[in-house]
Amino acid sequence: MKPRTLDVLVFAAAAALAAHALLEGGAPAEAALLAPPLPELLSATGLHEPGTTRPRPDHLAFAPQYPLWSDGAAKRRWIHLPPGTSIDASDPDAWSFPPGTRLWKEFAHGRAVETRYIERLADGTWRFATYVWDEDGREARLAPEDGAVVVRADVPGGRYVVPSRQDCLACHEGPSVPVLGFSALQLSPDRDGLAPHAEAREDAHVGLAEMAARGLVRGLPAALLDVPPRVAGRTPVERAALGYLHANCGHCHNAGGALDGIDLALAQDARDPQRSAARTLRSLLGHDSRFRPHGAAATQRIASDGGPSVLALRMRTDNPLARMPPLGVAIADDEGIALVERWIHHDLQRPSETQR
Amino acid sequence: MNRSNLKAAAFAAAAAALPCLWQAGATPALAQEPAAKPAAQAAKVERGRYIVSTSGCHDCHTPWIVGPKGPEPDMTRALSGHPESMTLPPPPKADGPWVVTAAATNTAWAGPWGISFTANLTPDPETGLGKWTERNFRETIRSGRHMGRGRPVLPPMPVQVYRNWTDADFEAVYAYLQSIPAIRNRVPEPLPPAAPVAASR
Repeated sequence: MKPRTLDVLVFAAAAALAAHALLEGGAPAEAALLAPPLPELLSATGLHEPGTTRPRPDHLAFAPQYPLWSDGAAKRRWIHLPPGTSIDASDPDAWSFPPGTRLWKEFAHGRAVETRYIERLADGTWRFATYVWDEDGREARLAPEDGAVVVRADVPGGRYVVPSRQDCLACHEGPSVPVLGFSALQLSPDRDGLAPHAEAREDAHVGLAEMAARGLVRGLPAALLDVPPRVAGRTPVERAALGYLHANCGHCHNAGGALDGIDLALAQDARDPQRSAARTLRSLLGHDSRFRPHGAAATQRIASDGGPSVLALRMRTDNPLARMPPLGVAIADDEGIALVERWIHHDLQRPSETQR
Repeated sequence: MNRSNLKAAAFAAAAAALPCLWQAGATPALAQEPAAKPAAQAAKVERGRYIVSTSGCHDCHTPWIVGPKGPEPDMTRALSGHPESMTLPPPPKADGPWVVTAAATNTAWAGPWGISFTANLTPDPETGLGKWTERNFRETIRSGRHMGRGRPVLPPMPVQVYRNWTDADFEAVYAYLQSIPAIRNRVPEPLPPAAPVAASR
């Protein structure tokens, strides 16, 4: 049985239970009851100029230096800040966005298949939605709350899984701020040339310095403008590997977040990158993984330069019940895995052996 | 198997596993005064014990044995999940409408989703819920994903029932589960449908 088939089976088994729960009425978020309904059409969210599929010129296009792997989809991203507002960046690792902030991310395989949408409401809560593009590419329509599967010949495997809104929360509610790819570290002009799948920064993409110069962020520590944020790797490969793990894993596996009890901290800080990198190494090397593969006689280190590493194993496996990340990915990221394995086997040392 | 059939199978498994005794909307108010805090905590734990004992948790999370009066949950291993030491042969091949198989312990289940093993709900820090927060517990049930953001919680766990618990119910069940004796028992990871079924560890 092919991995893709396994995915579908597992997804269907889980969705069967979830779908019934929705029919029976699960526990709705109170904030959602107070918010106006989500637009049924993407065009009504304000992404495009009226009557076109051109993004409005007052939206800010951006490209994070460490993009999330999404089965090879090409992505475009925009943010809109209400006129006269700005982002409070005084905590450079937890930006506070003004009510009315909206973000969009388009996923394309040749042509657009899905556009995800995040909005901060007047009461400060966030809501999440996703829109599936019509065949003719003229409009995208609000996906069901429990997600959907788009069957299209031009997407990998012929099936494209649209996340449920609960799946949106699974990633975006992991850290303290639900905006994941728009941060001081991700917008830093000191971009990592080894970052897998990095997109060339275009003139149209807004960066950290421009945001500050235009007054769109306020309170950003001046030191981060003088010396732009940078992942504190001891080698270029370690820098890229830590950045990759930050973008692909750190939204769930971070210090102080929902999964703090797992003791796996993969998010990196802009304010104190040395401390966060050291914390990541301690969490990777300091104890065994709770996950034990079938057939293994004992627990294993999460990362080890001298033996099996659960980290790489779970990134590479085609078992959808064990694969990391557990959602949003059906195809292993060979480039990202190669980077992480190279780091583990050639660059990784015990932090006690390294002066930081 | 198409999705609707799979859904039916999943529900069949869930229904078989849970002769549900859950009674919705029966959450009593708990005392909130600081002076009554120990009493309030005790009441919360007792409320959690009541919910656990009337919601079928022992049916799958406590291994069953054949006692003097027939099959019964082995309460010396209460809520410790599928026994780590138990060696299982491959499940029988699914045939016709018989698509779900359960081990005699009622802690291992095979079906279209693969093979699932019931979790250790005791507060053992390495193999149970000892490091879980109340949020982790609540989000697991509400989302149907492990710790709210991991792999799907698999059948026959009837999350579609328990996700209707109130926040107070979750607090009570979590408080009770954290109060019971910790049992070290590393439950195997689930297996996907096509994996070799040497489902022993």
